[in-house]
Formats: sequence, structure tokens, C-alpha cells
Amino acid sequence: MLKAINIKKSFGGVAALDGVSLTLHPGEVTAILGENGAGKSTLMKILSGVHADYEGEVRIDGKPFTLGHPRAAEAAGIAIIHQELNLVPDLDIAANIFLGREPVNRWGILDRSAMRKRCQSLLQQLGLDTDPDRSVGDLRVGEQQLVEIAKALHLEASVIIMDEPTSALSDRETERLFHIIRSLRAEGRTIVYISHRFDEIFSLADRYVVLRDGRSVGDGMIRDADADALIRMMTGRASVATRSEGRSDAGEVRLRANGLCLQSPEKGRPDLLQNITFSMHAGEVVGLYGLMGAGRSELLGALFGCYKFRVTGTVSIDGQDVRITSPADAVTHGIAMVPEDRKIQGIFPEEDIRTNLSMAVLGRISGALGLVDAKREVTLSDGMVGRLAVRASSDRQRISTLSGGNQQKVILGRWLATKPRILLLDEPTRGIDVGAKAEIHALIRSLSAEGVAVLVASSEMPEILTLSDRVLVLSAGRLMADIPVAEADEQVILRFALPQKLST
Amino acid sequence: MTDMLQNRPLRWQQVRPLIALFILCLALGLTSDRFLTPANGLNVLRQISVNVCIATGMTLVVLTGGIDLSVGSVLACCGALSAGLLTRGISLPAFDLFVGFTLTGALLAAVLAGSAFGYFNGWMVTRFRVPPFVATLAMLTIARGMTMLYTEGHPISQLGTGFAHLGSGSWAGLPVPVWMAVLVVLAAHIITRKTRMGRYIYAIGGNEEAARLSGIHISRVKNKVYAIAGGLAALGGLIVTARLDSAQPNAGTGYELDAIAAVVIGGTSLSGGRGSVAGTVMGAVIIGVLNNGLVLLNVSPFWQQVVKGSVILLAVIVDRMGNQRKD
Repeated sequence: MLKAINIKKSFGGVAALDGVSLTLHPGEVTAILGENGAGKSTLMKILSGVHADYEGEVRIDGKPFTLGHPRAAEAAGIAIIHQELNLVPDLDIAANIFLGREPVNRWGILDRSAMRKRCQSLLQQLGLDTDPDRSVGDLRVGEQQLVEIAKALHLEASVIIMDEPTSALSDRETERLFHIIRSLRAEGRTIVYISHRFDEIFSLADRYVVLRDGRSVGDGMIRDADADALIRMMTGRASVATRSEGRSDAGEVRLRANGLCLQSPEKGRPDLLQNITFSMHAGEVVGLYGLMGAGRSELLGALFGCYKFRVTGTVSIDGQDVRITSPADAVTHGIAMVPEDRKIQGIFPEEDIRTNLSMAVLGRISGALGLVDAKREVTLSDGMVGRLAVRASSDRQRISTLSGGNQQKVILGRWLATKPRILLLDEPTRGIDVGAKAEIHALIRSLSAEGVAVLVASSEMPEILTLSDRVLVLSAGRLMADIPVAEADEQVILRFALPQKLST
Repeated sequence: MTDMLQNRPLRWQQVRPLIALFILCLALGLTSDRFLTPANGLNVLRQISVNVCIATGMTLVVLTGGIDLSVGSVLACCGALSAGLLTRGISLPAFDLFVGFTLTGALLAAVLAGSAFGYFNGWMVTRFRVPPFVATLAMLTIARGMTMLYTEGHPISQLGTGFAHLGSGSWAGLPVPVWMAVLVVLAAHIITRKTRMGRYIYAIGGNEEAARLSGIHISRVKNKVYAIAGGLAALGGLIVTARLDSAQPNAGTGYELDAIAAVVIGGTSLSGGRGSVAGTVMGAVIIGVLNNGLVLLNVSPFWQQVVKGSVILLAVIVDRMGNQRKD
């Protein structure tokens, strides 16, 4: 029996876990439920030894156990199967299972036959009929997942954590996985199952634990629970966020997307966006909600021309059909996008604030021979730093030395400088302190008041409710709802957002 | 004040090569009385002019996060082309066609050919996603082979006094090749520091994804940069050919390594986004001074290579340590 007592963990002063307790019983499947950001993945990372500096106590069979290193978790018999699988695609199945603990003979040569034999028996146990010499990269996702499970079995893990294991599986693969999970349970192993799919949870789990805002807010036996009660526990925030009043005086249709589809880059996978149709009016803030992997960023990227020819469907701006196959096209058409990952997609870390601010408008502030007009650049930079209240010693300060909130303001400023007609924001306030968050929210409202059509994708429900005039909800690449904010609340939105592949 | 507004503040990394050079010159001046003389200074400048041209182009490529290994071969190929066009023109007996070239025509054609080689490199990198190392390694072999085919393995000589002047003439007290290098450096400095293109080069090397999402046409910029590098390699080829008054089919072998060394010693990061043309000039001067000084001190050529390699390592280690402190 694994008991976690009052676990706390914060990142840079922001509490991700604020007192979570749970008990996992052998021979049972425990489902962990919670919205985006409720703390599920942080908790799992602590249990699997990724985060060392947590508060609280983990007890295994009554004995306190210090996790804090993946090897410690391994020694405690805890194995995690991540959503993003952790395999080396170029190595074969046997090599992956034994990675880091390969059996060798006394000359230090790999004992391939022992590896193959053990691997064979593990795969057999899981009903995967394939050759241990096959490269993992050649396997389908479902098979790769079984290899991960085989790895866990090889380590004789007694606690196996699965993080949204079915998100990339076909129905048949899902069934096979469930069959395996049930037999692991019958062997007396402890299974932790994280999923947003209620149908799966009800058919598989014995117990549930609900997390919200970093706390455990409810637990019990699944047979005593129903979906509505669980949704209420997941969303029932003590203080409901101030809700946007919802403007009704929005202007003309600014952008219309018709039947947008986005092919998956991998062959044979379902489309990442399926037949999305919606419109945005001038001066409107549209919130876009969806759980992990629902296609929020993909929708923004598709509108911004990030996926070239994988996108089908039509987009029109101010009534004119447009063809956008690159971000450069999008910029020409007055679209701006603040991407989700500041570090990877936003900042130029070596450059200063000024250079970061002017990057998208250099074409407009440079003259003959492409010489950048330094005066106009300074004017632009000073203006933006003032308007956005970027806190820095001067605009020659390197952007990478700023706080996350100030970096985000600079990226926003880069796009405001283009005077966009359509602004796409992907998680505009992720990882930003409360003050900067409020400032960015105020800015978004003032932009919409100026007539910009704003699409805000966020995984934070309160943010959606505070900012939006209208809410779009995506689930598994489909648009499930397009409702005025007045008709939306957290429970309504979450109900649309939960996947409904197999109805319960 | 205006100047302050326009120039980015100097960073420690940019000054470092200058300090290294100063110490090096001081040390050599103290150990050899022939080192700090005007004649020797001109000598060093003349010797490094080819490397400065090539390394300047290399700097632009490296700033975008790429590399160009083909410059030595392109240099040889374009040098041979200029000599061949000048002496033999283009003749296609099958079509009863003969085109003769003036000196200017031959030189221009060679530089254009160099840019074409470079553009092809860029095209491989941007259109087919061939890693720059591989694309330009292939071009290193291809261009060398084409040189051998064009020259049939023999030098092309007797190019006339006009061509030779390019190599041995001087103007206002400085050798012509030095003037050419100076112009190249000035142009590249302005491009990198003052123009849109320059900003894009740094942006792409610093964060290519962010650059793409900022609406920058990545492929266009990279193609141009590789074309410039090829054109400058060709220019180097003209200087080499003029200096020898003869195009050698095996000219420029290994020059890409000297160019990369100058770039690295000059503090430009091989992962792109950080560095400067000015730094590369420093790097080229350091290598030139080192070569020259070691000869004056009668150090064996074998030891010279060991020293040069060690200096490259030292430069990178110092650079790395400087970066680690910041993180």
C-alpha cells in the first residue's frame, strides 16, 4: 500500500501542489481526475522521482520512503508510463527494455540471448506477438506503449502509473490495454490511471481521487460515484472567477474559418482538427478551451499558416477568401500570433528588448537597401515599453534576463507593432505572475475595444471566463461548442471538453 | 548620443579577441625584432586577405546556425573559371560558338558562379532539409571535381598584367587584396549591424522557430547568405589566382578550416545567433599573426599546426566558460 500524505510542491513561489493526500491499494486501479493544471502531472512526477524538493511524506507499506531520484522511485517499485513515451526509437525492443541495466557476460559483452529470452516472455505475458529484434520506431504507438509496460514489468514494479495511456490508441488497442491492466490488477499490482475519459474510468477504475488547484478534494469508490458528481468536484472552485459580461456590440465578421481540417504529420492517424467552422467579429474576444491534446494550439497554428499544406478548408478575412501557407502570409493579412511556448517559439534570447520588439515590423521601418531606421525603431521601442509597462533598466537589456511576464509583454508588443486586425493568443499568461497577468488581460480588452478580433486559447477556465465574449470548446480535434459567455460556466465547458468517444 | 542609440553595447565576448590579439602582438614584438615593422605588418595583411574574405562569408552562414565546408573548393573552381574564361573563353565547336571575355567580364562571371554554387548549397539546405554540414561537404567534393574537369588537372597560367595587378598591385600604400578584404568586411559589417537582412540572420540563428513565427522568410534569407558566402569564396579565388598569376586546380584545399577557425576564435557561436564580422576579422588577424610570428621565430611548421589547433581550443573554452557564468 502506498500512502502519500500532505504533499506540497511549488515552482517559483506558485504552488502546484498544496496538500495532496492519497492512498493507493494493491490490486486496485485508482483513477486520478482533475482539470488542466490541477496538479496531476506534478504529483505523478513526484511519485516517479522527477521532483526532488517536495514537502510531505510518502509511505510504502507503512515505511517512510524518500523519493527524489528516478532510481529511488524504481527501487520503491514505482514505474510511470508517460503520455510521451520514453523509448529510443532506433533501438530494438529488447535493448529498450534493458536500457541501462543490460546483462553482460564476464567479458563485458551483451548477453543478447538472455535479453531476447526474457523479452520474449515479457511480450508474451502482454500478448504482444512480435520479434524482440524489431526497432521500437517501427512499432505502432499502441505497441510501443506495451513495450513501456514490459519495461515496468521487467523492473518488477508494483505500482504502475499510466498518464492518459489511451489518447493515441485505436479502440482495439484500447481494449487490449484494458485487458492487460485488469490482469495486472489481478496479479495484485497497484495501478494509477490518469484520464479525462469518464467512460474508461467507469469501466476500469475501482477508486478515484479528484484534484483541484493542487489539493485532493474528493475520493471514494467509483461504484458509488457518477459523472456529474465528479465534474462538480473537478470544477467546484470556492471563488468563481469574475465573468466577462460578454459584449453584444461586436462589429462585422472579421474572420471566418470554414471546414478547417489539419492532417496529422504521421500517416494513418486521425486528423488533428476535424471540420472546424466558426467566425470571429471585429472587437470580439473569443475564448478557446480544450483539454490537453484537444487541438487548441493546432487551431491557432492552422490559422497562422504554420502547417502549410496539411490544412484544408477555407479562411476568409473581412469577407475576402485568403490563402495562408506560411506565418509570413499570415502577417501580411494582418494576423498576429503570440505562441504558447515563449522560450522555444517567442524570444530571441541573445537579443535585447528593442531588437525583439521590432522583429516583425522591420520591413516597415527600414528604408533603401534594407537599412533599419534607427530613429523609428527607438520610437517604436520606447512606445511599446511604455504602453506595456515592461519593467527593465532600458530597452537594451537582454530579453532573456527579464521575468516571464515581462518577456511575454515584449512578445505581445512585437505583435502589437504590426497593428494586427486579428490577434491569436496561445496561453498568453502561462507561468506569469498575477500582476503581469492582470496587465495582459487589461491589454487584451483594450485591443478588442479598438476593434481587434482576439482569439485566446487557454487551458485555464477562469481566464476563458474572465476574458471572453464567446467561448469555443474543442475536444479531440472537434469543435464541440460555440456559446456566448453568458451561457457558459465551468461545468458546462468541461462537459463539452471531455472526450465522448464511447458514451457511458 | 545618436551613436549610443544606434550601436548595441559592446559585450565582453566581443572585446576578448581584441585583447588576445594585443597580448599576442606584444609577446611577438618582444621576442622578435622583425615582427613589429611596417613591412611585416603589410605582409601579414596581404597573407590574411583571402582568409578574411572567405571567413566573412562563413561568419554570415555560421550566424544563421549553418556551416559552409565548400568554400575552399568553390574558391579553386571559380579561380580556374576566371583564368579559363580570360584565356580561352567559351567555345562550343558543335554550335560554332565562341565567346571571349574581357578581364572584368571574366572576374564578374567567376564571382557570379561562386554565388550560384552558394545558392545551390542554400537551396539544398532550405528546400530539401539537407543538414548544412552534409550539403556543403558534398559541394566540397563536387566543386573540386568540377575544377579538375575544367582544368584537366593542369594550372591555367599567363593571365596578363591586368589580372596580376589584382594580386600584387597596391593602391594608396595598401595591397589591392587588402583593399578588397576591407571593402568586404565593411559591407558585411553594415549588413549584419544595420540592415533588416542582418537582423534576420541573427534571429534565425538565435531562434529559428521564433523567426519563422515572426513572419520572416527563413529560406530566402538562408539562400542569400549561402550565395554571399559562395561569392566571397570566388572573390578569394580571384585573389589567389592573381597572386600566383596562375589558377591551380588544387588551390584552396583546407581553406574552409582556416575560415572556420577565424570565425570561432572571433567569438562567433557555431550554434548561431551570436558573434560578429568584426570578431571574425580579429580571428583571422590572430591566425595570420600567429603564422607569421612562428615563422619569424623559426618554429617548425609542424609545431605551428599544433599551436594553431591549441589556440582554437583555447578560444572556444574561454568562450564556453564565459557563457556558463551567465547561465
